[in-house]
Amino acid sequence: MITVKGVTPIDGISAFRRLFSCKKNKKIICKALKRSLLVSLWFVFLTFPIMVIKVNPVERTVSWRWGNIFYVAIGSFVISLLAKAWLVRKERLAARQQAAACPARDSIIHDLLQRPGYRYPLIILFSGVALVFPHLFSTYQANIMTTALMYIVLGLGLNIVVGVAGLLDLGYVAFYAIGAYSYALLNLHFHLGFWAALPIGGLLAALFGVLLGFPVLRLRGDYLAIVTLGFGEIIRLILENWNAFSKGPSGISNIPRPGFFGVEMSLDQAMIYMYYLMIGLVILTIFVVNRLQHSRLGRAWLALREDEIACQAMGIDKTRIKLTAFALGAFWAGLIGVIFAAKTTFVNPASFTFMESAIILAIVVLGGMGSIVGVILGALILILLPEYLRALSEYRMLAFGAILVAMMIFKPEGLIAGVRRTYCFQGRKNAAALQDDE
Amino acid sequence: MDYFIELFLSGLTRGSIYALIALGYTMVYGIIGLINFAHGEIYMIGAFTSFIVATVLSIYGFPLAAIVVVAGVAAAIWSSAYGYTVEKIAYKPLRHAPRLAPLISAIGMSILLQNYVLLAQTSDFLPFPALIPEFAFMEPVAHIIGSSDLVILLTTTVVMLALTLLIKFTRIGKAMRATAQDRTMALLVGINVDRVISATFILGSALAAIGGLLIASHIGQINFAIGFIAGIKAFTAAVLGGIGSIPGAVLGSLVLGLTESFATGYVSSDYEDVFAFSLLVLILIFKPSGLLGKAEAKKV
Repeated sequence: MITVKGVTPIDGISAFRRLFSCKKNKKIICKALKRSLLVSLWFVFLTFPIMVIKVNPVERTVSWRWGNIFYVAIGSFVISLLAKAWLVRKERLAARQQAAACPARDSIIHDLLQRPGYRYPLIILFSGVALVFPHLFSTYQANIMTTALMYIVLGLGLNIVVGVAGLLDLGYVAFYAIGAYSYALLNLHFHLGFWAALPIGGLLAALFGVLLGFPVLRLRGDYLAIVTLGFGEIIRLILENWNAFSKGPSGISNIPRPGFFGVEMSLDQAMIYMYYLMIGLVILTIFVVNRLQHSRLGRAWLALREDEIACQAMGIDKTRIKLTAFALGAFWAGLIGVIFAAKTTFVNPASFTFMESAIILAIVVLGGMGSIVGVILGALILILLPEYLRALSEYRMLAFGAILVAMMIFKPEGLIAGVRRTYCFQGRKNAAALQDDE
Repeated sequence: MDYFIELFLSGLTRGSIYALIALGYTMVYGIIGLINFAHGEIYMIGAFTSFIVATVLSIYGFPLAAIVVVAGVAAAIWSSAYGYTVEKIAYKPLRHAPRLAPLISAIGMSILLQNYVLLAQTSDFLPFPALIPEFAFMEPVAHIIGSSDLVILLTTTVVMLALTLLIKFTRIGKAMRATAQDRTMALLVGINVDRVISATFILGSALAAIGGLLIASHIGQINFAIGFIAGIKAFTAAVLGGIGSIPGAVLGSLVLGLTESFATGYVSSDYEDVFAFSLLVLILIFKPSGLLGKAEAKKV
């Protein structure tokens, strides 16, 4: 008989039996199993026409893919069980937390970053890895990383609007498009260089952010989402159809890469230069966004997110802070738009569809709305994973959709929740001690 | 003049299709105050189901009448099942969550369903079998109005009347109106609100499926992405008429259909979708409550 470190299989079986012998657990598990079985039957029925039957209307043939039924049945059974387990666990945790006097603490990562002993070594480690990355790996890897870095900045930008200010913007890609096209067009007509176009692209996007902001100020969350979605589509459709202005669907090519004091660079060098440029921009963005969140304006945004009416009652100028949120969020998208145009040297409207907005939204939601560390992590996961798991890249958008739904149901605060400033009265003694600390 | 009448009728046809989808938005919004972003996808799934069923039946050589009936019923059943499931998975757990949460989950559902159909079926445009025959008695006016336009107009009229009767006079219809007015109060008088919400999703999805079948057979091709634009346009129509109001959704849809038809006919067809979006933005700025909606004051 094989034993591992004195644990016999008998132990395992008895542990299993103990799990079942507890009457309460047994009941819950049996119920969950039965429910999951029903759920999987339901899904087999639900997905039957679309998953099983595939017709070829031209050759007039039907293929019945019966095998798919099993995948659907097993998949939905497992997912249903896991979901149930998670909900049970969450309920128990919530009950325990309610028993405790103080609300939950910050996540571990925020905690680590708060402590100087960990904070600086971690930052040094990350910047070290970031600096040598293109030399350790191929230019191809650096190129993928550059894309991920771009999405970090986009995510941080959208985070201002969605995560901090709580305004659901589904047309974020429009600002990205405005940035990209402003560089492409300024270069085409006026031969403006990258460095001149960079601030112009950002400011132009911010201007459009304000322009969009004005009409939608009065709208509530859901209307806002639809109008911004419509705005994004209008921008794309205009770029697609106004041939005299934007060269239509064929796009604009031969956009120069960013220069470095007139130094001639090979393609590889240009890629690496781009990478370092993005590292710089990411650091700048993190710095600015972090300062913004803790400023008076940032606190006003949080108040707006939590309760619009209460926020107004506290004397905050709702119009102004909504507009600044739109403008500041759009600004980063504009910057990245310019960089995108310079990186690919080609822009066309097909790069700026609603799906792009959805990806950026998924980054913010997965990482944690309002959390800078979370958004960075979200961007790295969502952009790098599909790149490296090529086999799964087909399922990328499917996964993004599923992530949006699953995160809202199971973990609405994201992987790394934003730091929520809470105050907890712990008796007079503690309060006095806290005051002394400050 | 013929051109004007042609545009007018094609606008009405468009509008009545929008109305079938817009009703789903407006009913759901009326009851739980949520924009069901995935509704366009339900319509797309209705079109796909009817496409699959109709093609299979026509390959096995069934008569046209049987195909139409079976495809229509199958589309309605499966779309309703999808609508019901979407509500149970994505919206029900979030009923007491902050407003942003169900919205994001709805968008996720929409992306998920689109890509599910894309992966399980195909990304190509598929030719939809012509389910509506060319009637002989329509021959003299065929240059102005096609047979399928006529069928669409008649079907939507019948469906709208049935829906009105259902909501006015049946038990579930009364329960729906009560829940829309005040959910807590409805609970207090013994209405099973969960069941009413499910019924609303099922009803709205079935209407969208009929719309999907009709438009797919009218246009002659379908694709996994048709739900997105159709969904936004139907939503625009619902907002135009005043979201939450059933006659408003029909009126808004007809206005939108006519606007689009005339704008593409007399101005330019390149910007077909821009007209709808601009109309949406304009209404929301100047009259967010819509044509027939009531402006609601928010109580604190």
